[in-house]
Amino acid sequence: MTRDSRFLKVSAIFGFLFLYAPIVSLIIYSFNKSKLVTVWGGWSIKWYVELFNNQQIIDAAMVSLKVAFITATLSVILGVLAGYVLSRMGKFPGKIVVSGWITAPLIMPEVITGLSLLLLFVSMEKLIGWPAGRGITTVIIAHTTFCMAYVAVIVQSRLSQLDDSLEEAAMDLGAKPHSLFFLVTLPIISPAIISGWLLAFTLSLDDLVIASFVSGPGNSTLPMVIFSKIRFGVSPEVNALATIMILIVAIGVIAAMWQMRKKENAL
Amino acid sequence: MSKTTGTLWLGQFDTIRTKFDLLRKVRWGRLSVISIPSLWLAIFFFIPFLVVFKISLAEPAIAVPPYTDLFIWDADNAIAEIKLKFGNYLYLWEDSFYLDAYLSSVKIAAISTFFTLLIGFPMAYYIAGKKSSTRTILLTLVILPFWTSFLLRVYAWMGFLKKNGIVNEFLQAIGLIDQPIQMLQTDFAVYIGIVYTYLPFMILPLYTTLEKLDGSLIEAAKDLGATPVKAFFLVTLPMCMPGIFSGCLLVFIPAVGEFVIPALLGASDTLMIGRVLWDEFFQNRDWPMASAVATVMLVILVVPIMFLRTGKNEEKQ
Repeated sequence: MTRDSRFLKVSAIFGFLFLYAPIVSLIIYSFNKSKLVTVWGGWSIKWYVELFNNQQIIDAAMVSLKVAFITATLSVILGVLAGYVLSRMGKFPGKIVVSGWITAPLIMPEVITGLSLLLLFVSMEKLIGWPAGRGITTVIIAHTTFCMAYVAVIVQSRLSQLDDSLEEAAMDLGAKPHSLFFLVTLPIISPAIISGWLLAFTLSLDDLVIASFVSGPGNSTLPMVIFSKIRFGVSPEVNALATIMILIVAIGVIAAMWQMRKKENAL
Repeated sequence: MSKTTGTLWLGQFDTIRTKFDLLRKVRWGRLSVISIPSLWLAIFFFIPFLVVFKISLAEPAIAVPPYTDLFIWDADNAIAEIKLKFGNYLYLWEDSFYLDAYLSSVKIAAISTFFTLLIGFPMAYYIAGKKSSTRTILLTLVILPFWTSFLLRVYAWMGFLKKNGIVNEFLQAIGLIDQPIQMLQTDFAVYIGIVYTYLPFMILPLYTTLEKLDGSLIEAAKDLGATPVKAFFLVTLPMCMPGIFSGCLLVFIPAVGEFVIPALLGASDTLMIGRVLWDEFFQNRDWPMASAVATVMLVILVVPIMFLRTGKNEEKQ
């Protein structure tokens, strides 16, 4: 099997088809006029109009955006610290344990993370009276815990790619630890920070399972509302919503790639 | 002591003192930088597991929260009572429903992991063989679905696989089947869902090892008379083992506890342990039982998680 064999090409094409065909079909059906999601009734944007008149979805979207924004910001702060600690601060007691804790949330089944955090919150409330009840705060804490792990991994791999000669030069020139961090390290890892923030934002916006466990009544996030709508079948409004979200992400990622390539070419 | 040496001495003392202050500050700074993320993870990631274990030993109760205290202090008679109920674990073992759910989750996760590898490997191999600019585009195409909502991607398959969905229409149009076949709400749909959502987790580590692959070794094997197939199985594949290993674990571990995919694509009798846990918690409101289910799931997954970590550490060295 050589690298440019026909077999490889066909299986790659099949693989990409597999990745994209369902998404494309979902987008096409979001413009379907017929209420029966299964029958094609001509082009229409009426599901988009209904979507924007659906107060429940709009409210849930606002909750989710708020949670995602705060989560992404907190995750970046904690994740950058964690990534920096693990790759630039040498050995310290408990390092192995902390590095294990950093990667474990990435692969931990969500039902376990969700249940364990809920039980923690309930026990804490019984013991110290905080957090009082469950709602946006508890969802933010839960999301930050698994999102910071993603940020930490991105930052860590970025730091391990860069040699520390710049940082050493700054130290030789007398930079104090905090100015070294803010003036040298932070700027060179800024691409990792931006992609970490965006990833944390999308992961938080997307999470159904953990939010279902730790959120309280009246604070349903967008995925929770979507899940209750699609649990027993396809819904044309959700098709419209999905199309909007997919297009925003696609445009964002493609723009970021294009920007990066432009930068690479300029260098 | 002359005046000049006195000042000199004082000056030295000052520099020593500032150095000492700086040292102390650095250590405090270092300590706080290390402890902030560590404490966060200890409180919100590690301790919760202990709480889950604790509550798995409680009894369900009609109360808020719905379980009994393990530790009861009777102040009048000065009696401390500790009540640990191991019945939940016993029940998990005795009722074949839970055992079947664990086995079926591991089976579904393992089969899906195998198919993810089968589809992901040629894709990663193909991408790694392209020139740099094409690679970037193809890799973006692999990662792009990962950025879009997981829930909505699973949902897309609902429309795709349903009785009068595109796949059935297509198969009927080309005359492969006469009647629409039931694909949604079957185990088959669950396999597809897992393979589909976890494919990027397989392709990326595979790509990373394939990209670093030393092509001259394959050339050498061919020069020595190995057929392309033989060279692939005797040279390429063994060298890719680290990537295959971590890719498979990255798919297998979360797939075992998957809830959304069996809930949306599976049949009502598709047994997966993530779904059992969800139902114990949300429908039966039996928090201790849900905790016991979670504890056992964690025990099952500890071994593959440790493997993933040791594999990573070896790679680094």
